[in-house]
Parts: sequence; structure tokens; C-alpha cells
Amino acid sequence: MALPSKDMQAAIAATRFGLGARPGEIEAARGDPRGWLKAQITPDGADQPKTDFQNGAQRLAEYRHQQDTLRAARQSGDQEALKAAQRERRQDVNQDFLARAQLGASTDASFRERWALFWANHFTVSATKQITASVAGPFEQEAIRPHAFGRFEDMLVASSSHPAMLTYLDQSQSVGPESRQAARAQQRGRRQGLNENLAREILELHTVGVNGGYSQADVTEFARAMTGWTVARNAEESADGAFVFRAAAHEPGDRTIMGRQYGQDGAGQARAIMADLATRPATARHCARKIATYFVADTPPPALVQRLEKAWLTSGGQLDVVARALIEAPEAWEPAPAKFKTPYEFLISTWRAVGTQPQALNQLGPTLNGLGQPAFRPPSPEGWPDETSAWAAPDALIKRMAFAQGFAQRVGDRVDPNAIAAGALGARLSNPVAKAVARAESRPEALAVLLMSSEFQRR
Amino acid sequence: MTDHHHTHGFSRRQALFGALGLGASVTFMGRAAHAQTGGKKLIVLVCRGGLDGLSFTPPVGDPDYAALRGAIAYAPEQALKLDGTFGLHPALVRTHALAQKGHLRIAPAIATPDRARSHFEAQDVLETGAVTRYGANSGWLNRTLQSLSPDRKVEALSVGAVAPLILRGQVQAASWSPGRNADATARLPTILQDLYKNDPLLGPAFARGLQTEAMAQIAMTGLSAPAQPMDGMAKPNAVAQQAAQRQGMAAAEKLGVTVANFMTQAGGPQIVAISLDGFDTHAGQVGQLQSRLSYMDALIGGLTSGLGPAWNDTVIVAATEFGRTARVNGTGGTDHGTASSALVLGGGLKKGGIIGDWPTLQQTALFENRDTTPTLDMRGLFKGVLRDHLGVEQRALETTVFPDSASARPVTGIV
Repeated sequence: MALPSKDMQAAIAATRFGLGARPGEIEAARGDPRGWLKAQITPDGADQPKTDFQNGAQRLAEYRHQQDTLRAARQSGDQEALKAAQRERRQDVNQDFLARAQLGASTDASFRERWALFWANHFTVSATKQITASVAGPFEQEAIRPHAFGRFEDMLVASSSHPAMLTYLDQSQSVGPESRQAARAQQRGRRQGLNENLAREILELHTVGVNGGYSQADVTEFARAMTGWTVARNAEESADGAFVFRAAAHEPGDRTIMGRQYGQDGAGQARAIMADLATRPATARHCARKIATYFVADTPPPALVQRLEKAWLTSGGQLDVVARALIEAPEAWEPAPAKFKTPYEFLISTWRAVGTQPQALNQLGPTLNGLGQPAFRPPSPEGWPDETSAWAAPDALIKRMAFAQGFAQRVGDRVDPNAIAAGALGARLSNPVAKAVARAESRPEALAVLLMSSEFQRR
Repeated sequence: MTDHHHTHGFSRRQALFGALGLGASVTFMGRAAHAQTGGKKLIVLVCRGGLDGLSFTPPVGDPDYAALRGAIAYAPEQALKLDGTFGLHPALVRTHALAQKGHLRIAPAIATPDRARSHFEAQDVLETGAVTRYGANSGWLNRTLQSLSPDRKVEALSVGAVAPLILRGQVQAASWSPGRNADATARLPTILQDLYKNDPLLGPAFARGLQTEAMAQIAMTGLSAPAQPMDGMAKPNAVAQQAAQRQGMAAAEKLGVTVANFMTQAGGPQIVAISLDGFDTHAGQVGQLQSRLSYMDALIGGLTSGLGPAWNDTVIVAATEFGRTARVNGTGGTDHGTASSALVLGGGLKKGGIIGDWPTLQQTALFENRDTTPTLDMRGLFKGVLRDHLGVEQRALETTVFPDSASARPVTGIV
């Protein structure tokens, strides 16, 4: 398979592998497009958005404190206190999201950023659940970004033990039915027991996949192994809001999952299971397919999936090795774009095209809501869909047009649309689009035409 | 008042069309679709996340119900009574008012052929109408459109920014959600139509979006009309404890009225799919369902009041990908299960009891000693409604709409 011209490769590197080209970026990648991408693979992982540092544990502790305040406020009918607490939480979430969008719009390593976004979506937590809302940002910063080019196993353990995931998928409340804690609860006339939500989603979504060969019994066994993985509470532990393994809640005994036996004690039991899951062939296949779908095509070339799978298996799930295999794969450089940008990618790439970044959440939040991809709120643990059919609905195109019109009205008078078209798409700019931009009635109209063009909507 | 609004809306639409360069020849304006199908309408509510049937239509009269459900059981007097065994969830006040008029039937132990207890696999199976995940790449509502005879131009609409699988496929369906409107006076739509003319995806989708946007002008205008009297139904205030919930319910009611306004326009959609999410209740189930089902109830209320006389020709089916465990779990919720409950609503339903058999909740009757056992294949319910309500031919049902569904015989006697 012959690679396309250097010009086309440079355009593909910035638009398909990255988040859309900033002015001058395609030019910078032109000398060595593959090298330009590989240089973005760094052992420290992905960049961190610039937010006031407050870690997930602190945020969660604060959320709980707020809930207590709210309960008191509700009883005393103090509407102002109620509103203030809710406002504060919303602000945290908004700032996290804006900081991430600003990083996406301004980074000169946008492949690294998209790679991190892929894994954040793979290990979805969603602000649709109140308690998870304020830790969705810290989750990405603590569990995903540091491990973006490290071992998958580490990312799996980090995500499964993060307060955001533990609360989102209810693991924090799960208690072994035969554990000491359950027995104590029963004496007090309360019932505590198993919740299999996280264990199921680790198998189905995060590792081996729905056809990965596990049964309902394996899900339940894994849920038993996971008991004790929870979030510390102020009353009993010093580290309120942080991960804690609570031995008293752990279901005693050995576990057998998918034919393998695990005799480890305590937290080590679930860790050992995760270590196995991380390097199983089914996990390699499941993740390879998802990566290829995310970067290359809704129905990815089988040869590409096989390359990624092989890189995963031979490296034991080293994500930097898998990323390099993606960049090396000739199938990823097919000139015809096969992917349709998600709403987030579309918005971020518009700011990148004009070389600026969003200044306030309301510049992108309402549009993302309207396009069905609200900030930090994927509808389910499966995360955002990635296929064209999910995002190219008639209504979505009309809403993209409304955004493009508004965006172009705001910035269009100050820019040169022809230069932006060339800078954003490089060799991928077609004649009809270049002409339509050049012939537009006004600068804002020209910019809106570019943003809505088929080439700009696709990667 | 209504006439005024329609006149206003129509002129807005004409203005928009003029601006878009579409002219009056746009297909749906001239269609007599309404007459050709006798105005029959179908709305499918896809409840995502695995709605717990035992909370949706609690079998409070089943002798094993209270013990299995423990803290999340509804007392017989809490449930809104349907018959000696079943009630409706307490939040479903307006739905219950419809039931009292004979406009509701329930299928309390229904499931798709899928048994994996995975949301995504089960949702795929529910929406494609296939037996397994990836068994089809189009939705059964889309294939219904294909199988209606060519002289019956039926329009379909999905509500929400993301097109649901159930309406994806060969026939381009419309989609719409509330939100900012495009600037209709700009030249941009015309330029884009030209740029997209050779794009098999964006071209048709964009044209479709412009048509629907024009329709939305009328539907939204209908919104500003004074609120419809609630037709003697109980007001939903009793279940709206919090301002947020009230707001959500008001929005849901509005959405229902707007969608109904779409459907009652000449050439408007006769088939509509609406997704409702948030039914994955692993913990704290009672509170979560109170809020989500209040929203659903307000939506159904808005749809029925907005449809007005057309309600007599409308069927709403509410279905979910699977039910949940019969026993309450350790965290005040339920985990992924098998059979759940589906609702069929309509102004012209036939009288009758529950759809399908009730397997009971005796321990020996539970599926894998865990879930409600299915007694009815979801596809049989869909096939019955499509055949008896929309007049889809049996042959098309068996070959195009639900291939490999011979074992799921159409349920008769609903419409």
C-alpha cells in the first residue's frame, strides 16, 4: 500500500490523527508527518488541562459536605444556601470542561490529546450522576492522562479505583454478602450486599468485550472479588473521598473467573483478575477494534485491527507501542476521509482552524447540548458513540450550521477565510470548497461555508 | 387563536422555504399522506438503561412481590391500580388517567430474544428487531417505512440530537430536537446544498433537516398557544417535589405538545421515535425512577393533549431493552435482568387484560432464579401493532421488518 503524497500525509496527520489543524500546523508536520506524530508520544502521558488543583478525593469530600449542608438547608428552607451549593458544583464542572476544551483548542500535540480522549471515553464516567459530576474532570486528570502511553493494566486499575468510577458504577456501595460488614449491618437490622454494575462493565466495556467469553456467574464472581473497593468516609477513615480497600466489606474466599482461580487476599484478588484481563487476547481485540474505529473508519480495515492487536499482545498492553503501530499502519493513511467528526471534535477544530480558543463555557456548552454531546455527560457507561450514523442526523447538521453561522459572525470579520481554509485542510481542501469560500458574499459567510464543508466535517 | 397561529406559522414556513431556495415543490408540502394512511400514527418510546418492569407496572397483588422487593416494593395503596394484580408506578398519574379510559394495556413479562444482560447488545436487538447483536444494521421502524406500499408516503421523525438505531436505515428519516434555530435568511443553506449535492450522506440529511426546520416553525408556534385544558386528568403536581423536577416535567410536557404538533400537520410525521434514558437503576432506585417516570408521564400527557382528536388514531408503545433482577440488590437497586414490562397506549385500543401471560414471581418461576421470566417476545407485540394499526402486510413483517421472527407470532386484539 503506497502512502499518499507528503502534503496529503501532513494534512491527514493533523486532521485525522489530531483535532484539526491550527494555522501553520500542516506546514510544520510536512517534513516528516509520521515523525511529527510519534514525537507526541511521551512517557509522562497526556497534558493536563490548566485547572485549580483540587484532586478527586477533595472534590468528592466537598460534594458530600455540600450534601450535608443541602439537607440542613432543605430542612430550614434556606433556598439561598441550596442554590449556592449547587452553583459551586456546577462551576467546578464547567471550569474542568472549559480547561479541557482550551487545551484541545491550543495544544500543538493534538494526537496526544485525542489519544487521551479516546481512553477517557473508553473508561466512561458521566456527570449524569450527581455524585460523579464534580469528579469527572479529576478522573481524566488522575486516572487517564498519566497512563495514556503507559501500561493498559495500570489505567484499568487506576480507573477502577478512582472515586469517580467507584461512585458512577455503584461499586463504592457494594458489600460482600458473607463479609463482616454485612453481618454487622444485619445485626442492626439493615441489609447490605452485592452490586455487580462495575464488575460487569469492566468485562463488557473496559476489557474483553461483550463477546469475550464470560458468563453471568463470572460477573457475579468478579463483583464478589471487587467488594471492599470503595471510597473512604470521613467518619471512619482519615482520607475522606479517596480510594480505600475496606477489608471488612470484602467477600471472603477464593474466586474462579473465566476458568482461572484467584486465591489472593483482599484488594490483591481483584487486582490479579484485572492483570489477567488486561492482557487477554479478547481485550487486545476489543480495544484494537475500538482504536481503529475511532481514528480510521466506522468499519476499520481488518489488517489494521490485526496490527494493533498484535502490538497489544506482544507488548503486554503497552499503549505507547500500540500508538506507534497505529501511526505506522499504512491503512490509517488512506486519503479519503471515512470518519465524521463528533460534535466536540467539530467545535474544537473550529477554534483550532482560526487559531484561538473558547473563552467561556457558554461558547460551546449550549451547542454541545443541542448536538447531543453535553459536557461530561455521556448517556451510559458505553460512552459517546463514534460512528457517523450517530452524529450526522438531519437535525444535527442544522444545529451545526446554526453554530457555524454564530461562530463566523463573531470572529469572521477579522480573519482571512482563504488562508484559514488552506491552513485547516491543506491538501485535503477541494476545488469546489476553495471556490465557494473565495466567492462568498462576506468573510463570515466564507468561514461558515468552510466549517460546514464536507471536508471539514470529516477526518 | 389556533387559526391565527397556523397562518402565522405557514407564512414563516413559506418565507423560510423561499430563502432556502426550496420553493413550494418540496415533497412533504404536497403530500396527501394523511389521507392515504387514514391518519394512523405510531410513537415508540425507547426507554434506555433497562427499565425495571416490577417498578414500572408493579405486580402488587402477586403474593411474592413484597418479599422479593423488600425496601423498594410499592405498597398496594401506593401503586395506581390497574387490576387485581398490577398497578402503575405512582409517578404515572396522567398515564393512569388514560388507563381508566381504556387507553392503556400492559405487557408485564416481555423481552427481546437477547439474554446477555448487556445494555448495548440488548438495545441493538430491541432496535434492529434482529435476534442477535449485529444481526441487522438498520432499525425495524426504518424497515417498516420501506415495507409500506410506495403510494403510502409515510414520514418518520426521531426526537433528539442523536439518531436512534431504530430509525436508521435506507429511508432517510427526519430528526429534530428543541434548540437554537438556524438563520433562515442567510444564503448559507443554499450554498451548502450545492456543495453537498454529490455527498450521499450529507446531501440528503441536510435537505431533510431543512424541511424539518421549516416544519418546526409551525410546531413551535403551536407551543405559544394557551395551555390545553387537561381534560379532567389529575395534575402531576403531587409527584413533583422539587423545582428541578417540575422544570423537567414542564419541559417534557412541552416536548410532547411540540412533537404532537409536528404529527398533526399535513404531511407531518406519522411515525416517531423518542429516546428516554436514565433507567439503569443499580442503586437508590426509588428516587431515580420517581424522577424519570414523572418525566415520561409528562411527555405522554403532552403528546395526548397535543394530539387532540388525532389521539384516537395514535398508538404509543413504550419498551425497554431488558428488565432487572426480581430481588433488590445490596444497594437499594436492581441489577441487569431479563423480562420487563411494555406499555401500549392509544385512543382506540380494544378492551382486554394484560398482554401475554404473567409467569408469577414464585422462586421456581424466576428465570435463572433471578429475573422475571419472559412470556412474550417483544417482536410479537411490535408485529401486532404494525399489522393491526398501520396495516403492514404479514409477508413484509416476516421478511423485511422482523426477519427470523416466525416464532414470535403477532399479538392480536390490541388495536
